[in-house]
Amino acid sequence: MIEFIVSVVSLAIPAGTALLYGTLGEIYAERSGVLNLGVEGMMIMGSVTGFSVTMVTDNAFLGVVAAALAGGLMALIHAFAAITLRVNQVVSGLAITMLGLGISGMLGKRFIGLPLDGRLTQLNIPVLSDLPILGPMLFQFNVLVYLSIALAFVLWFVLQKTHWGITLRSVGENPAAADAMGVNVIRVRYLAVVFGGLMAGLGGSFLSVAYSPAWIEGMTAGAGWIVIALTIFSMWDPLRAMAGAYLFGGVRVLQFRLQPLGIPSNVLNMLPFVLTILVLWLISERAFRRRIGVPAALMQPYSREER
Amino acid sequence: MRLPRIRLERRLHMPRYMLVLSLAVSLLLSLLAIAMLFLMLGVSPLYAFQRIFQGGFGSLYGLGETLAKSIPLMLVGAGLALAFRARVYNIGAEGQLLVGALMGGGVALYFPDMPRQMILPAMFLAGFLGGALWALIPAILKARFRVDEVLTTLMMVYIAYDVVRYFVYGPWRGPEERGFPYSAPFSDAAQLPLIGATRIHYPTLLLAFVAALLLYILLERTKQGYEIRVAGENPPAARYAGINTGRIVVMVLILSGGLAGIAGVGEVAGIHARLSPPEGISPGYGFTGIIVAWLARLNPLASIVSAFLLGGLLVGGDAIQVALNLPSATINIFNGVILLFVIAGELFSQYRVRLEVRG
Repeated sequence: MIEFIVSVVSLAIPAGTALLYGTLGEIYAERSGVLNLGVEGMMIMGSVTGFSVTMVTDNAFLGVVAAALAGGLMALIHAFAAITLRVNQVVSGLAITMLGLGISGMLGKRFIGLPLDGRLTQLNIPVLSDLPILGPMLFQFNVLVYLSIALAFVLWFVLQKTHWGITLRSVGENPAAADAMGVNVIRVRYLAVVFGGLMAGLGGSFLSVAYSPAWIEGMTAGAGWIVIALTIFSMWDPLRAMAGAYLFGGVRVLQFRLQPLGIPSNVLNMLPFVLTILVLWLISERAFRRRIGVPAALMQPYSREER
Repeated sequence: MRLPRIRLERRLHMPRYMLVLSLAVSLLLSLLAIAMLFLMLGVSPLYAFQRIFQGGFGSLYGLGETLAKSIPLMLVGAGLALAFRARVYNIGAEGQLLVGALMGGGVALYFPDMPRQMILPAMFLAGFLGGALWALIPAILKARFRVDEVLTTLMMVYIAYDVVRYFVYGPWRGPEERGFPYSAPFSDAAQLPLIGATRIHYPTLLLAFVAALLLYILLERTKQGYEIRVAGENPPAARYAGINTGRIVVMVLILSGGLAGIAGVGEVAGIHARLSPPEGISPGYGFTGIIVAWLARLNPLASIVSAFLLGGLLVGGDAIQVALNLPSATINIFNGVILLFVIAGELFSQYRVRLEVRG
């Protein structure tokens, strides 16, 4: 039993790491009032960029950085469309996803089936990784896994305890009031959306450089949509996002373990989406909405003239 | 140097020619952007465009394929045009299409001996109900509990993927399929007739025309349609006028979902003649339908034209895959860029854009 738990947990955490990166970014974007349905496209751009740059330079670090930039660049398009042009955010996000899937397919064609040498290897934390049970369960991961955990805590702290966080949240709650207080609403939203793209790109590169080092067309396979779901599931909170990402990652892992017991893998596969709809339903209550802090101005473009 | 600031001023009235003009300009600009992208990716844009046009529209065979692929796009696009007009963002047509295909296919599998005149209508009806049912869950959540339909309709797509997979890998897998995830082939009676040697299943095409026309009349010529437009253009006014917005939400979702379901039946009964995993049933018609609706400026009748255009793009995309050895995902670049420019173009027809350089 203990062995089973150890193996599930030690697999669930890496399985949820790409989701965690994406979700942390999307939380910031949505907290600023911008819905970004382009996460899937930004992640896949991260995957292809991360893989190809690592391949060419033999340096996984460069690959990961380039991947984040690729995601950020895609996000910049969404930011321009949604914030400056104030077009429909839903449609713009979908367009970005299509664009990302298309470009990554073309870019990655020549890398299909190639092995990756410069990949990130696991990092055993000294002393801790030698602990019985806890060692193999929690301290023998890839460096990007630790980074995502650290980021979750930092981003939670920034959001809840710092002036920056208050500014970000106020822009997503009541942009007109924030503007009146001297906050540059447009700039904050741009930064938040582009940050979201950087994180999505990073998450995408985790998949292609670390988790399963290879380029496969469409390899994010809907992870970007799960990120959208997780953002709601975690109720826009970075720490809950961590719990949610590992839960959804765990579901992925369990899928293969529970199949022999007669539970169809399809049922487990759809679980994240069913849970998200249930959460959406639960938080639809007004009073509840207020308590958990759904960004009130989500999906509402802002312009001084038309407030 | 200071960056110029972009300011948007709402136009007080929009002349009709602006609508056509902005569409034409958006399409042109998107082609330009795609050409630049292709150049950067090392593909000759002129050659690629020519191949796509040739493939989709340059021969009788190509035109036939284009029309065949535009059938589901018409059904989905017309329905989505209606929903988007009510400002109900049903982006889950792909799931509704799949569940429609599953239900219609279920009828075909369970009643192999039923005569053609009965089984085909029964399949279409089941497909409509399946798609409508799939859209009804987000509809009720939205109308009753104000749950945002963008996310619920999208989540329902992924649930639909696994529902379809469950059936074709499980209980409905054909006995002769030797481990492949296909259902048994449909009986001859349960397959749609085609025009000559093409893949144009004309009963579905006819349904698509009728549906687009009816939705247009509903939207432009009836009191219901007026209410839908008011609810979409000015929600506060709709509330003051006592319009039951909840009912509108449910209606447009059922209609757009049901039509997507019919499109699904057309695919499995007209093209594949059996059920297969989701990616085998639809290459994403439900998502492409969103572009169809937007390109038609949310006019159900105009969706027929834009569906034909995007159908041609799909066929042309297959052609460059072969000719230029590009992956199938390439066509997504066209979809994404066109969609971006079309929504931006819509904006420019509604607003005047001023560049202000200060400082």
